[in-house]
Amino acid sequence: MVKLPIYMDNNATTPLDPRVLEAMMPYLTQNFGNAASRTHSFGWIAEAAVEKGREQIARLINASSPDEIIFTSGATESDNLALKGIAWGYKSKGNHIITQKTEHKAVLDSCKFLQKEGYDVTYLDVDKYGLVDPETVRAAITDKTILISIMYANSEIGTVQPIREIGEIAKEKGVLFHCDAVQAAGKIPIDMQKTAVDLMALSGHKIYGPKGVGALYIRKKKPFIKAAPLIHGGGHEKGKRSGTLNVPGIVGFGAASELAQKDLPAEMERLKRLRERLREGLTTRLDYVHLNGHPEKRIPGSVNLSFEFVEGESLLMGLKDVAVSSGSACTSASLEPSYVLTAIGVGPELAHTSIRFCVGRFNTEEEVDYVIEAVVKHVTRLRELSPLYEMVLEGIDLNTINWNAEQ
Amino acid sequence: MYDPKVIDHYNNPRNVGSFAKGEEGVGTGIVGAPACGDVMKLQLKINNQGIIEDAKFKTFGCGSAIASSSLATEMVKGKSIDEAYSIKNTEIVNELKLPPVKIHCSVLAEDAIKAAIQDYRKRFSVAVKSASGSADTAKG
Repeated sequence: MVKLPIYMDNNATTPLDPRVLEAMMPYLTQNFGNAASRTHSFGWIAEAAVEKGREQIARLINASSPDEIIFTSGATESDNLALKGIAWGYKSKGNHIITQKTEHKAVLDSCKFLQKEGYDVTYLDVDKYGLVDPETVRAAITDKTILISIMYANSEIGTVQPIREIGEIAKEKGVLFHCDAVQAAGKIPIDMQKTAVDLMALSGHKIYGPKGVGALYIRKKKPFIKAAPLIHGGGHEKGKRSGTLNVPGIVGFGAASELAQKDLPAEMERLKRLRERLREGLTTRLDYVHLNGHPEKRIPGSVNLSFEFVEGESLLMGLKDVAVSSGSACTSASLEPSYVLTAIGVGPELAHTSIRFCVGRFNTEEEVDYVIEAVVKHVTRLRELSPLYEMVLEGIDLNTINWNAEQ
Repeated sequence: MYDPKVIDHYNNPRNVGSFAKGEEGVGTGIVGAPACGDVMKLQLKINNQGIIEDAKFKTFGCGSAIASSSLATEMVKGKSIDEAYSIKNTEIVNELKLPPVKIHCSVLAEDAIKAAIQDYRKRFSVAVKSASGSADTAKG
């Protein structure tokens, strides 16, 4: 028997791996020192632990040096530091930023903030799979462009962007390139020796590490990348991010990075198998199911499906023992469906029926099978309740109906 | 997150279904839009005394929308069409303890009742006129 409830929302966050907690424990207890204390062993122990974490994270993305890792409170701060820090640091050079429409809100809202300060931002379109065409990036570059910000993988639909191609264009044009890699690092191989990314946002809690710790990779190159700090104080992290370092968090993030890297090829295969088992199980047993995102260019554990004629929140209510999320915004105050699904051309009627399943390290085949049974059962029941499904079975084309006439 | 009454209507929706096509005395209201995430179809079977004998619904929407329409079918049964027409969404809000973000579900249920009655009046205006004697029934 599977243990309920089943957690299958691993793009939102992941449970702390017990091995990570074990690594952290001494730094939550006896080794409580401040990594900036240079005058006693408590500080030295803490500093050594931080430097080990930095190395482990640098190794996960094959960075040239641990010095390229700046610790933050999480990837939202890392994205803010990259966007605002570069915008402010290169103000004299230009005021144009290029990003795309399915970025995380940490990037999009930082861009909106910068627009209010007078920066120009180009939000590139994506195709029906959520992919950015690298040539549209090239075409958008002007002599005022100071930064390109494109995510590695999308959290809602899992689509992996052509980061290497975009990096080559950025390098050729001499424009800095920031990449939010929160959903990619530790899930697919990242190699900073082969990828011309200048800044990269990383997060601890998406890879079985603790919440409240993230990092910004800043490439060491000539001329030095000048990211203006958001937080001023003691001059920690080479002045780029002041504040006492979260030592247990960094230790956990480091341990989580090492674990993710160690098992990466095998774990990618296993997660892909589970994801495909889930997708196939659902699409063969139910009709009118649509995949959102790219069929192949995706992170291994993530699948987003629209179950036509069944509103997402009502399906989640039926799946009370399964933790997944919906692209329907009916759970929030806004009634607008997901902006990511809208950007890839999924109409609101289908966006309201989408469910994101994200299998992770602790999910099993038995859990996947349980989820398939539960989803099939509830989609079938809710379709019996759905006037739209009834109309379609009667041969009515829903697009021919003037829906607003009754309102 | 949900009131137990919403969960009960979601798990055991009352009066789900559709009347046979062309069944005598049936008015149908379809309100909402797939793009907004809510569509309710409410049908009322009304006898020649103008009393709602039976009601059926189908709803595409969140749990609160399903519960609102399920409750609406229970509320209208046995009522005259005039009584049913005067049902306010606030009665549904109070019964299901809907939070502010879900009030539109109750509004949709009220609209569905009204739309079904209007459809009935349109189809069977002569029969109703003789039964209730109200000039209003001839409208549409």
